[in-house]
Amino acid sequence: MTLTLKIEGEKYVVVTRRFAASPEAVYRAHTEPNLIQKWLLGPDGWTMPVCINEARPGGKIRYEWSDGAGGGFHLTGEYLELKPFNRIVHVERMHLPDPTPDNRVETRFEPDGAGTLMTMRMTLPDAETRAAMLATGMEHGMEASYARLERLI
Amino acid sequence: MPHLDAAFSALADPTRRAILARLAMGETTVMELARPFEMTQPAISRHLKVLEGAGLILRRIEGAKRPCRLAPAGIAEIDQWLAMLREALATNYDRLDEVLAVMNLNERKEKP
Repeated sequence: MTLTLKIEGEKYVVVTRRFAASPEAVYRAHTEPNLIQKWLLGPDGWTMPVCINEARPGGKIRYEWSDGAGGGFHLTGEYLELKPFNRIVHVERMHLPDPTPDNRVETRFEPDGAGTLMTMRMTLPDAETRAAMLATGMEHGMEASYARLERLI
Repeated sequence: MPHLDAAFSALADPTRRAILARLAMGETTVMELARPFEMTQPAISRHLKVLEGAGLILRRIEGAKRPCRLAPAGIAEIDQWLAMLREALATNYDRLDEVLAVMNLNERKEKP
């Protein structure tokens, strides 16, 4: 299914994606650790050995990723608002190992035909932070591309 | 990618994004650009300098005029970069599709 990724204004990044499942299922896949650990992994070969997700206002988030060869990084965050199966607002930061500025993320799950339209709006403190965050994402994206390339050659 | 940081800072300003949108329609002089923005030509020139430094526009000299146009390479670089990020996200969401399909199957099994 098609993913859209747009930069908006000075400090927003908006991602949309449709899923062939109910808003309840997509919401649960974003908040239940045993489900999150199956997909929120980045490049092939990475795993999430630690997944703490306290889905309640003020609850903590901690995701630790590992590349299986001693490499890895982690993310921490806190929940601000949750409206079950419909809307999540949280803040998060990556530790690389120094923490990046807070990224405020609003994720909406709306019924769309038989499925769900997810809209994730990220608000960064300023344009420079957004550029840095997107650059970090790109590094991991490139890693995945290279990994796929390696399998082909 | 030397220009990328500069390019994103350049894009952070609404006037500069509007200038790029105007240039997408074709080459323009500073005078023509200044008109719809209710800005002085020196103010527009400052924005153009930022865009030029970020590799997003090209300017040539034609007598006293310095018409500007989009720099295809700079714009392509940003596009390519966002495409790569999109691909990284897409990998995760493709996996999520599989997780959701399994959840759906399990749910059906549980229901009589």
